[in-house]
Amino acid sequence: MTYRNGTGTALARALGWFSIGLGAAELLAPRSLASMLGMQGRERLLQTYGVREVASGMAILAARDPSPWVWSRVAGDALDLATLAPALDESNPRREAAAIAVGAVTAVMLVDLLCTRELSRERERPPPRDYSDRSGFPQGVDRARGIARQPTTAMGG
Amino acid sequence: MRALCYHGKHDIRYDTVPDPEIEHPRDAIVKVSSCAICGSDLHLYDGFMPGMMNGDIIGHEFMGEVVEVGRENRKLKVGDRVVVPFTIVCGECDQCRRGNFSVCERTNRNAEMAAKMFGHSTAGLFGYTHLTGGYAGGQAEYVRVPFADVGPVKVPDGLTDEQVLFLGDILPTGWQAAVHCEIEPTDIVAVWGAGPVGQFCARSALMLGAKQVIVIDNVPERLSMARAGGAITIDFDEESVLERLEDLTAGKGPEKCIDAVGLEAHAGRSIDSMYDRAKQAMMMETDRPHVLREMIYVCRPGGIVSIPGVYGGVVDKIPFGAAMNKGLTFRMGQTHVNRWVDDLLRRIEEGQIDPSFVITHTVPLEHGPEYYDIFRDKHDGCVKVVLKP
Ligand SMILES: NC(=O)c1ccc[n+]([C@@H]2O[C@H](COP(=O)([O-])OP(=O)(O)OC[C@H]3O[C@@H](n4cnc5c(N)ncnc54)[C@H](O)[C@@H]3O)[C@@H](O)[C@H]2O)c1
Ligand SMILES: [Zn+2]
Ligand SMILES: [Zn+2]
Repeated sequence: MTYRNGTGTALARALGWFSIGLGAAELLAPRSLASMLGMQGRERLLQTYGVREVASGMAILAARDPSPWVWSRVAGDALDLATLAPALDESNPRREAAAIAVGAVTAVMLVDLLCTRELSRERERPPPRDYSDRSGFPQGVDRARGIARQPTTAMGG
Repeated sequence: MRALCYHGKHDIRYDTVPDPEIEHPRDAIVKVSSCAICGSDLHLYDGFMPGMMNGDIIGHEFMGEVVEVGRENRKLKVGDRVVVPFTIVCGECDQCRRGNFSVCERTNRNAEMAAKMFGHSTAGLFGYTHLTGGYAGGQAEYVRVPFADVGPVKVPDGLTDEQVLFLGDILPTGWQAAVHCEIEPTDIVAVWGAGPVGQFCARSALMLGAKQVIVIDNVPERLSMARAGGAITIDFDEESVLERLEDLTAGKGPEKCIDAVGLEAHAGRSIDSMYDRAKQAMMMETDRPHVLREMIYVCRPGGIVSIPGVYGGVVDKIPFGAAMNKGLTFRMGQTHVNRWVDDLLRRIEEGQIDPSFVITHTVPLEHGPEYYDIFRDKHDGCVKVVLKP
């Protein structure tokens, strides 16, 4: 079965690229990201998440059926939310930034869920039309074979 | 009159525009009875071709009845039923006299602009970009046909519009691509793309005597149509094109390869397709040459690579070393329609081929805008759309 050109597929591709971008940021700039969110000391974790994001992004772009990988993004979003939750604590001076991050992850999670729904809709498409009666040759394929064979010129003849 | 007009990427509208008029004594005005949407129109629709302007009337596959003739036009008269080739030709310049009609030296009104981009000007085309003359197109009620005493092909009343409409473009395009392959009875011909052009490439290769035709695409119903015409098919979503082609040719590769896809090739899971998409997004590459790369790689040494698929700008990472060392021959170009039409019309009349098999949808012209999407997205089993003004 193939999936092509629907909203779900387009959305999945966009999410794939988004994953790669976000993952790259987590991988390459964990320190600034951590200090922005008031999560100093958890740079390593952010980098691990970066690897996860890049990998799932590439998997989404490369897979014939991206939907399991988009579901894995949903799981990743949940993990992100769990990780961010402590940063919402009163004691974190960067609480606001963390709250914004939580909001962003929630929004992305909604998009991921929307994408899985669209993908499963695409899968429910009607079966392909059968054009096996459209040969285009009124006298049949066998009569058409070589009917216009031309004197060969390839050998300089 | 009403016509389909280009208003930017993915924006085609059914507009009211001024009726065309005779501008030159060789002109004719044709009242369109049938026209069609082509893969080349999709390149415009998807914004890959430079030189389109807001309000341009699009479409280059059309036919109809002559309703007005310029006073110097001695070929046509009012009431003639004609198919109009998409290439506008003068019939007199050096190139036309050699039969190289699609590079006619005189019909492109914006020859200078074209020469800047390509080094030389090419022929004027209907409903295409301003680089090819910016002539009003055929997805309309009426069309002004310049040099109408040369190009238009009179067709007999005994044949339906559906049987002859494609003489103006995709039938001779498939035919030329196959003739360019210099097919010999032992040849295996592989065709990338099972769109309307690919279908005609495959039918032509079979008629010209190929031992076996192989068609590659990922749209199941298009592949079923290719099999109906005697081809073996490869679904590139389901199997490796390179491996299957090796199997089918005893490891030697097809002698002849035809690219009936063009610059918007998709390549699902391959690394090079991601590379192309990224470069295209950064405007560092205009065309996606995945199919070209694949053809050069699998084609048997000494073979021929024939390219009817349209390219518009620059491509990247073409394995030219492989092409050179394998001694491949490249043949390509917009189709020299008038070189082939008389012969093909005879073959239709004799019942050798009936081009109407590709038509899957026939709708009023006003539904054109939505059918651009349906054709591009291959919804509803769509292979070829015919529009009726
Ligand atoms: N040379 C000429 O004069 C001339 C005339 C008409 C059309 N064309 C060109 O021919 C090409 C095809 O036209 P069409 O009307 O059939 O268009 P189309 O878009 O309907 O067909 C293209 C087909 O290629 C398939 N495809 C995409 N990527 C592929 C890949 N990697 N491998 C195999 N198949 C792949 C698509 O699924 C589609 O079925 C276009 O580039 C068009 O501009 C050229
Ligand atoms: Zn065309
Ligand atoms: Zn000329």
